[in-house]
Amino acid sequence: MELLAFGKTGWGDELFYATLMTIAVSITAMIIGFVFSLIFTPLKLSNKKYLNLIGNFYTTVVRGVPELLVIYLLFFGGSGAIMFVASIFGYNDYIEINAFITGSFAIGIISGAYSTEVFRGAILSIDKGQFEACKVLGLKKNVQFFKVIMPQMLRLAIPNLSNVWQITLKDTSLISVTGLVEIMRQSYIAAGSTRDPLFFYSFAAVLYLLLTYLSMKLINKLEIKYSRGF
Amino acid sequence: MDLDLMITSFPKLLNATLITLKLLSLSLFFGLFIGLIFAIFRLSNNIILNKFAYGYSYVFRGTPLLVQIFIIYFGLGQIEYLRSTILWTVLKEPYWCAIIAFSLNTGAYTSEILRSAFQTIKPGFIEAGKSLGIPNKIIFYKIQIPIAIKQSLPAYGNEIILMLKGTSLASTVTLMDLTGVAKYIISTTFKPIEVFIVAGGIYLFLTFLIHNLIKYLEKRYSYLQ
Repeated sequence: MELLAFGKTGWGDELFYATLMTIAVSITAMIIGFVFSLIFTPLKLSNKKYLNLIGNFYTTVVRGVPELLVIYLLFFGGSGAIMFVASIFGYNDYIEINAFITGSFAIGIISGAYSTEVFRGAILSIDKGQFEACKVLGLKKNVQFFKVIMPQMLRLAIPNLSNVWQITLKDTSLISVTGLVEIMRQSYIAAGSTRDPLFFYSFAAVLYLLLTYLSMKLINKLEIKYSRGF
Repeated sequence: MDLDLMITSFPKLLNATLITLKLLSLSLFFGLFIGLIFAIFRLSNNIILNKFAYGYSYVFRGTPLLVQIFIIYFGLGQIEYLRSTILWTVLKEPYWCAIIAFSLNTGAYTSEILRSAFQTIKPGFIEAGKSLGIPNKIIFYKIQIPIAIKQSLPAYGNEIILMLKGTSLASTVTLMDLTGVAKYIISTTFKPIEVFIVAGGIYLFLTFLIHNLIKYLEKRYSYLQ
């Protein structure tokens, strides 16, 4: 237990901050994924073939390629790509993006592919009558989406989104390879300096279990809230 | 775009794909057994077995695969007692550590898939078997298992694809699988996009094959409804 003491003698506070970092990365990645899915879900549902193709390309590639490979692509290629874009606008200095942004972006791209599929499924399972009723009532497109479709979509999507959240949370462990100090990286450092890997990795496992357990509790509450009246 | 690099790295990556496939097939093989055993535990009336199987699948599905590999590869070596047993010949090899971690992980997911497949078998099938006087054992092997396998095919196909992606983590314990070699080439040439296209293409091709194999099997066994 001494190993987990807070302050200079133990690793308690370091692991605590690392846990906060994992939560921060997961939430950021989830939000980035949400933005991605807002772009790609309409593409997948569109009537136009080429838009469909773009949407399908995104979800197929990202879900078919290992997460680690996506992370390496962004980690090694991310700052190059940004410098290339910046050079078009006439900025030629070296740009380094920090591990937090690269990491959350990589995980966000992956999480976005999963949530795109979830939203697509949810919208497809909304009763057709709802869309027709909107048309008959002459509702504008944005009113239709935000007031009629989205609330129903969210209700249908929450159980599957909670799966996406679990996947995202677990995937954040992979960005430890980029050196961002989250639970895995901190355990690696602690295990290296105390020569007690069994204890620290097991403790990391406990932390992840705790996070998944607590988030499940929270999501169940949300689910009850959103399925009011059904 | 560096086409030359893509062409020269292709055979290297293809070679590494063999290791990825070996890891995948061995862990799926062991994982299926583990999954079947734990699915039976979950369905049994014995509370201890039931809770044990539940805990197993909860822990392995609630923690990242990376943690599981690290515990087995770095952690278990710390136990002095293990070092003196015959198990150590297996546990000192990163290859077998990865396979153990992958098998245990996919076993947890497989047990959930099989459990829900067993639970969705219509009771009429079992009752029909009983009323024909077929012994319970034969009902289990000849009626329940084939139907459960058919029911679980789509979900199991997803699990195979997830496991294929999971094998990429073997590169974190020094194994040179497809991702490991891809990372090595990226870090020596600093051409991430080209390598990503080739390595990602190989992974996508494998995913495509698995997807179609499962589709074919589903069609073939569609009479088991």
